[in-house]
Amino acid sequence: MSLVDALTEPVEPNRNDTPISERGPAPLPIVVAFGFWLFLLSDIVLFSALFAAYAVLSGQTAGGPNGPQLFDRTNVLIETGCLLASSFTCGLCTLAIEARNRVGTYAWAAVTFALGVAFLALELSEFSRMIASGAGPTRSAFLSAFFTLVGTHGLHVTIGLAWLVTMMAQLATLGFHPMVVRRLLCFSLFWHALDIVWIGVFTIVYLGAH
Amino acid sequence: MNLDWPWQSGVLDPQGPIGAAERTILLNATSIMLAVVVPVIVLTLAVAWWFRAGNKRATYLPDWEYSGHIELVVWAIPALVVLFLGGICWIGSHDLDPRKPIVSDAKPIEIDVVSLDWKWLFLYRTEGVATVNRLVVPAGTPIHFRLTSASVMNSFFVPQLGSQIYTMAGMTTQLHLQADRPGTYPGLSAQFSGEGFSDMRFDVVAVPAAEFTAWVAEARKAKDALDTPGYAALAKPGTAPATTFKSVAPHLFETVAIGKH
Amino acid sequence: MFGKLTWDAIPFDQPIPLAASLLVVAVLAGIAVTVVVRGWLPYLWREWITSVDHKRIGVMYGVLGFVMLIRGFIDALMMRSQLALAADGAPGYLPPEHYNQIFSAHGTIMIFFVAMPFMIGLMNFAVPLQLGVRDVAFPTLNSVSFWLSAAGVLLINLSLMVGEFAKTGWLAYPPLSELAFSPGVGVDYYLWSLQISGVGALLTGINFTTTILKLRAPGMGYTRMPIFCWTALSSNLLIVAAFPILTATYAMLLLDRYLGFHFFTNDGGGNAMMYVNLIWAWGHPEVYILALPAFGIYSEVIATFSGKPLFGYRSMIAATLAICMLSFVVWLHHFFTMGAGADVNAFFGIMTMIIAVPTGVKVFNWIFTMFGGRIRFTTPMLWSLGFICTFVIGGMTGVLLAIPPADFVLHNSLFLVAHFHNVIIGGVLFGAFAGYSYWFPKAFGFTLDERLGKAAFWCWLVGFYLAFMPLYLLGLMGATRRMQHYDVAGWQPLMIVALVGALVILAGVGFTALQLVVSIRTRDRRRDLTGDPWHGRTLEWSTASPPPAWNYSVLPNVTQADAYWGMKRAGLHAENAATAAGDWEPIAVPRRTAVGVVLAFFSVVMGFALVWHIWWLAIVGLLGLGGTGIAHAWRTEHEEEISAEVIAESERRRQKASA
Repeated sequence: MSLVDALTEPVEPNRNDTPISERGPAPLPIVVAFGFWLFLLSDIVLFSALFAAYAVLSGQTAGGPNGPQLFDRTNVLIETGCLLASSFTCGLCTLAIEARNRVGTYAWAAVTFALGVAFLALELSEFSRMIASGAGPTRSAFLSAFFTLVGTHGLHVTIGLAWLVTMMAQLATLGFHPMVVRRLLCFSLFWHALDIVWIGVFTIVYLGAH
Repeated sequence: MNLDWPWQSGVLDPQGPIGAAERTILLNATSIMLAVVVPVIVLTLAVAWWFRAGNKRATYLPDWEYSGHIELVVWAIPALVVLFLGGICWIGSHDLDPRKPIVSDAKPIEIDVVSLDWKWLFLYRTEGVATVNRLVVPAGTPIHFRLTSASVMNSFFVPQLGSQIYTMAGMTTQLHLQADRPGTYPGLSAQFSGEGFSDMRFDVVAVPAAEFTAWVAEARKAKDALDTPGYAALAKPGTAPATTFKSVAPHLFETVAIGKH
Repeated sequence: MFGKLTWDAIPFDQPIPLAASLLVVAVLAGIAVTVVVRGWLPYLWREWITSVDHKRIGVMYGVLGFVMLIRGFIDALMMRSQLALAADGAPGYLPPEHYNQIFSAHGTIMIFFVAMPFMIGLMNFAVPLQLGVRDVAFPTLNSVSFWLSAAGVLLINLSLMVGEFAKTGWLAYPPLSELAFSPGVGVDYYLWSLQISGVGALLTGINFTTTILKLRAPGMGYTRMPIFCWTALSSNLLIVAAFPILTATYAMLLLDRYLGFHFFTNDGGGNAMMYVNLIWAWGHPEVYILALPAFGIYSEVIATFSGKPLFGYRSMIAATLAICMLSFVVWLHHFFTMGAGADVNAFFGIMTMIIAVPTGVKVFNWIFTMFGGRIRFTTPMLWSLGFICTFVIGGMTGVLLAIPPADFVLHNSLFLVAHFHNVIIGGVLFGAFAGYSYWFPKAFGFTLDERLGKAAFWCWLVGFYLAFMPLYLLGLMGATRRMQHYDVAGWQPLMIVALVGALVILAGVGFTALQLVVSIRTRDRRRDLTGDPWHGRTLEWSTASPPPAWNYSVLPNVTQADAYWGMKRAGLHAENAATAAGDWEPIAVPRRTAVGVVLAFFSVVMGFALVWHIWWLAIVGLLGLGGTGIAHAWRTEHEEEISAEVIAESERRRQKASA
């Protein structure tokens, strides 16, 4: 086939002649997913503002400790492992939902929950260790920005865990109601988005500390 | 001419090279834009009136909604104006950068400015004296300001001399101004700073060079010195009358500017 | 038990706020008593407070905006009269303590609780109708958004009676807004009311972006969308991208104030200029969040009353999107005087000027839309013409301020104040009034009194010039903003002219109110039975006025831009439509819910408790919010069905009426 033919030939015969933008209102699952994507984008913007603040203030230690003196990379690496693994199990949970497998859904959700709790526990132990050593958020602008950025992510994880518990209760009471399934899928999007934010935190805050 | 018309303290009555250059930019840019804006207003009203529903002589074109040529023109007109003004903007920003020294044969006088709640402290770096709310400078000599704030943000502004600049705690900004002729030019804070903001005014008094030397000699005989306790008392929130200090605690400005006071 | 809250919080010693708050309480109590005694409460609860109908929510936003316009306008009158008096050493009648709260409240209220509700309300009312669909993407969320805005309004007005408002200006720059310099509750009122209403605005942004991108009548491709929908889309995209920055920024200031963090403090390495950067990274897009929908309204109005399609429709879309993008790269022009380098200043100056290009294109396209038209000078058209002539002046002074060396002498002056009132009043508020008088007959089924509407317009126009042209001059004379008194006697005559201008605007506000009252009283004479009183072009005019809860009995099929105009031309009138029940399908519409108003209630409780450090009550509020959300999650029936009979009956009535 010549290049001209390749360029002029329709990529795939269109099943419906109407362009997608002219087909009328989209079905509910698409609308819900789209709205939730927008929410996630707005959440990423919120984190961007906190990242920006951290970037501006990361050198402002006001004579207090700096990142390398405070961060325990092993601890953070385990944290990261927990969160990434929880994202994987969250994906397995989604597969179980697609298969309408109730036991699988509960099981993988439970593993996801446990990994999330482990992540939070490690983070809180890091925070309390720092605060105990006098490196709390009121010590310097750098620590204010650190606690706010990492803490906001932690708050999101906490909200995610509460959401997961609620969804399991919904699953128990309402079964695989389309509404419940939609929300479970939104939850998994949320959980994966938190992973992406964490990759940013890990790279910029912990690996980038100098 | 000495009309009691308030233009005389404003930015359209500049008394130094910076203010004069800024007025020129202001007037040039305004005239360039008026050349477009006035015809647009006239055109709007004329078109609206001519094509009023009651006008039988106007042609009704119910489907006329696009013309490539017109589109080209309507994008081009504002684009060209902006291209032109963009040039003024770029050159003006560089020529009138507050950090850029004024070219002059005279050696600039060095003034450090500290905004306090709610008064202005002027430290004469070379002369070693200080004043509050009254800035005496030699006319025709460039002034190099370093500015900071001991509390909230303010903006140091003498409308007739030109550029204003923020004073911010923990930061130092710089500004170069000059008064060409002797005279008294009102100054103020242009950034709201709380309760006493409206009274944060001062006078810039430009005097001939010889008088300035005499004034410095006189100032050195002032009653009070701005030592550390004196500064602490001055820094307390409140307004203050114009005052002169015979001497200044060493490195006062640097201490204030890095926020360790 | 009650944190910092004591009887001292009530301003017994200050007659003005005390009288004002007593008046507000009296009016609110009067309304509440009337509503209950007359037995209107069940109706209000069922049809309005718990309604998720986008049209009802739009109207409620409008009411909210108008009430707050009066509040903000009273603040403006007090400021203008203070400055008319406080010349040459005279103290005036408002001490700085009070005056500083007034201008802070005026700015905050006018932007967040007047301009925003007006624009969001008009989008609520018109966008789904213009798209030819039955509601927004998330109707319940829409109700939550509205009630969160109302919660913010309630909280900010509580500050009038209990405690104080911020004395920091409407953007609360630190370090002035930090605890060290503003230890009172004013800044906390400011922050919490804006955090709550900001969440509402963000949810609106998500909701409308989804609605416009995912819910349109069959055939309505992107290049067939009414231009107002395009500008609404751009505005909501900006909300989604900008409001989270505001939330994050305020959160940082709250952490500074409540927990001793050091984001913006003078000590601990904080950086106040970071706040200024962040707040304007939201603040400049916010200008376009307000202005773009207004531009859309003018486009609709000018096309309709010229009897022509919008000239250069695609060009207008391109211009709108260009403004949308550029609005994010100009924020530094709000503080050229910070002392950034010449390259940085020049870059942001030029980017700002570039915005004038698409804006200028819009102005020219409006003129060419009128060219060859048959213009009817109705009230909405007058607002639009007044806008063009006024806005180009505001645009010109805006470009002037975008030149850093010019800004160095005009920054923070009354010239700047005149500039942004020129674009916000001449651009946004005129647009809100144009939209109000344009869509009012659609919303209520009767037209507004044209004579009183025109009187309101002329008062606003003349009043605007009288009030703000003197401010341009005063700015050139070196008068700065936010001063409570001044010692240049020569400024006083111009200050008095400005006060007179404000009084003329007051007459305009009065005519607007009178117009509404007169029009309601004479509504039987002014019924519009056709649903199309203006000879409109877009789909909203093809349905009944007021539209039924389901908007369209059959979703319209769109084959061109200006869809309804095309249908009318093709002779596809409603007369052809069927009227028997068997010809109609039942329609599902969203069910009403109290979740919005309940969430708002708990938000106010939590916000108030946090302002006054009443921690147990804050926890109650938080638990209430969470509990309401979780309880709502078990609601499975989100829609109710409108039967075919009801639809047929409604269609029959409409056809009989228009026959």
